[in-house]
Amino acid sequence: MITYTFLQQYWWFLVALLGGLLVFLLFVQGANSLIFSLGRTEEERALIVNSTGRKWEFTFTTLVTFGGAFFAAFPLFYSTSFGGAYWVWMLILATFIFQAVSYEFQSKAGNLLGRNTYRRLLVANGILGPLLLGMAVATFFTGSAFVVEKDVMGESGMLVPAISRWANAWHGLDAVAQPWNLVFGMAVVFLARVLGSLYLLDNLADEALRPRIRRQVLADTVPFLICFLAFVVYLLTKAGFAVDETGAVSLVPYKYLTNFLEMPATLVLFAVGVVLVLFGVVGTLVRPTFVRGIWPAGIGTVLTVVALFLVAGYNGTSYYPSTADLQSSLTLTNSCSSLFTLKTMAWVSLLIPFVLAYIIYAWHAIDRKGLSGKELETDEHKY
Amino acid sequence: MTLLDITDSALLDWSRAQFALTACYHWLFVPLTLGLALVMGIMETNYVRTKDEFWKSTAQFWQKLFGINFAIGVATGIILEFEFGTNWSNYSWFVGDIFGAPLAIEGIVAFFMEATFIAVMFFGWNKVGRGFHLASTWLTGLGATLSAWWILVANSWMQHPVGMEFNPETVRNEMMDFFAVAFAPEAVTKFCHTVTSGWMLGAVFTVGVSSWMLLRGRNRLMALASIKVGAVVGIVAALLVMFTGDRSGLDMARNQPMKLAAAEGLERGGQGAPFSVVPGIEVPGALSFLATHDFEGFVPGTQDIIDGYTTPDGERVPSAAEKMARGKLALEAFKDFREGHAKGDQNAKNEALKTLNEHKAYFGYGYIQEAEELVPPVGLVYWSFRVMVGVGCLLLLVLLLVWWYGRQNRLEQNRWLLHAGLWSIPLVYLASQAGWIVAEVGRQPWAIQDLLPVNAAVSSLSAGAVITTFVLFLIIFTVLLIAEVRIMCRAIKGCQLD
Repeated sequence: MITYTFLQQYWWFLVALLGGLLVFLLFVQGANSLIFSLGRTEEERALIVNSTGRKWEFTFTTLVTFGGAFFAAFPLFYSTSFGGAYWVWMLILATFIFQAVSYEFQSKAGNLLGRNTYRRLLVANGILGPLLLGMAVATFFTGSAFVVEKDVMGESGMLVPAISRWANAWHGLDAVAQPWNLVFGMAVVFLARVLGSLYLLDNLADEALRPRIRRQVLADTVPFLICFLAFVVYLLTKAGFAVDETGAVSLVPYKYLTNFLEMPATLVLFAVGVVLVLFGVVGTLVRPTFVRGIWPAGIGTVLTVVALFLVAGYNGTSYYPSTADLQSSLTLTNSCSSLFTLKTMAWVSLLIPFVLAYIIYAWHAIDRKGLSGKELETDEHKY
Repeated sequence: MTLLDITDSALLDWSRAQFALTACYHWLFVPLTLGLALVMGIMETNYVRTKDEFWKSTAQFWQKLFGINFAIGVATGIILEFEFGTNWSNYSWFVGDIFGAPLAIEGIVAFFMEATFIAVMFFGWNKVGRGFHLASTWLTGLGATLSAWWILVANSWMQHPVGMEFNPETVRNEMMDFFAVAFAPEAVTKFCHTVTSGWMLGAVFTVGVSSWMLLRGRNRLMALASIKVGAVVGIVAALLVMFTGDRSGLDMARNQPMKLAAAEGLERGGQGAPFSVVPGIEVPGALSFLATHDFEGFVPGTQDIIDGYTTPDGERVPSAAEKMARGKLALEAFKDFREGHAKGDQNAKNEALKTLNEHKAYFGYGYIQEAEELVPPVGLVYWSFRVMVGVGCLLLLVLLLVWWYGRQNRLEQNRWLLHAGLWSIPLVYLASQAGWIVAEVGRQPWAIQDLLPVNAAVSSLSAGAVITTFVLFLIIFTVLLIAEVRIMCRAIKGCQLD
């Protein structure tokens, strides 16, 4: 029952789940990108920052765990993508360094750079983080220029050649040249802003901000839908990277559409996810008293992203295709850890429900009441 | 040396420099997180036990400093994790099957605990009960400590790889025994040594900050109470650091004799090896005792390890040249295996596998070009070791004096001691950094001891790209460090509890 193939698929599902949770938690980035446009007074900006400041560690930790899960379960991806698309990952990391410190430092005396600099760094992370992460995920469908050659480990010399090499000198910046990467990246940016607004609506007890937040939801939903739907149409009509039983990779027309049709559960997951996102958004826009849109939209985001990951990796598909050498493309089979490691880590993964349970409990304990300016005045720890 | 060699050397050197930079900066913040977690946990426990608001204010003051430090520790930590992939891509594949697991477990088990309960600790004072809040404070510290456990398991495995087998089909080492990796005695020792050194740093920081307050006549009650807690935690931690340091020495002698020889600047060793206090001053037999718990124990020097030697009980350790020759044979056999694999020639594969198995213990030596590369930078490791031990002993003395005078309520009359307490802060950081330099520089040229040298682990990048990111991180980390120190100083100066 617990076969090697099953464990590969199980771990890809967990990576997909972490990816979905990460995109949902990008509401922190989305809301931060709106600090200056939504917050007109210092009190309002402080409210936004303090609201996201109580959740940023979840996004950060999910990103780290997402990376850790990839490392443990699919180390060849870790080696190939991180070592190859060097600039993209370095840019992502740089923006996240600033995010981590900006909360704690911005309002403290002696912070060297001034409050607004730290807030602008939060805005930069709020836009660049989702954009670059979105573009990185889009390459799962569009491909990247790399070559994998394991035999080189037999070479010696002052520098032993790397198993995975990028096929051009751009080291990941070449992803910008593929417009569909940008389209998906922008979709993630606007989705993060929509989710950020919905989160603020739920988390803040501030009547002055609420009408503005609702208008912002509409302003970001339109470009999100345009980018997202365009990418979905592209995805369903493009050729995909199929893997046959021998491990050979080839381009097959309508591969991703075929994957959806051959995996109806994934199609249902995707459809339910999209509907839930729309329900959260539309409900917020049409019902002035509805402030809980973040929950259906958030759950919908997780489901949609999980479905996209599954379509990228399941049903004989290369999840990290190479445009430089098709046979170097990464599949669940050729990039995963050993049976023993996947099995051991599967035992560890049983802890995840407990982790989720205490996160939900602690989150609920902190958010029982909406954050207000009054609370900030008396709070011992504020940003 | 050809132009290509120079380019290759630059890439390798800058990749190492970038990782060292990130690790050193990260290790400025982590030990304070570990140490203050304990200190503030004790303070808050006192509050819950006594219901005295004084302890609450004291706990909140140390939590504030904890928060300032925590953020930048997290920021540098994420860079470190991802640099294994960005800068050491061969490493990531070659040992990712083993090394990735502790990192993933760290994320699932430890980081989420830390991230969840730190939010309750900071924002939950008026939202949750006292008991839940106290539990959150301790769980934040526990999360940080569990995180240290898994990362130190990974690091310990790099010092002494166990529980794995090389698989030429997949071209990587694969985990065979999770418990051998996760609970190796060396990992337990390393964890205890490193975490207790963090407690010591946190305690010295607490004593130092409190000493400054007493020197300035501020927050007297809080400073005296904090010194009491800090001194006791510091003394206990220092003794544990010494005990686990002794165990680390035994591990080093057994598993990494070259590192030990470099740390002692010992070129030629033997039985009854002397310990060099500083150049020119030696204690006869002391090194042998530290390395083997026997004054007549055998300790090889760097040149002995290069030339090969025979231990007193007759065990022959091959020379570097022999190990390298066998490593080359292993690499050749590996290539033959891969050729056979590509052609589907099972006989060729079997033949190659036989040779590979015969020499695979020296596989990593096949990548070494010159025997001299096997000697780490002796001067740096030698002096770092002395700074770590010497400063550590000095700090224990300061902590003992602070505790003693504190017990007799004579601290404020002995301002010299308060000055010593204050100046202990930079010293404890110096010792802490020196410890990591011994551990990491002493392992060179190996990324993983005897298995994978750094020149076979590095990513295929241009040296220019790595120089750019090195400079970028250097600027960012330095600016943020300056900001952090300024914020800390202002927070300490601005504290008014009396």
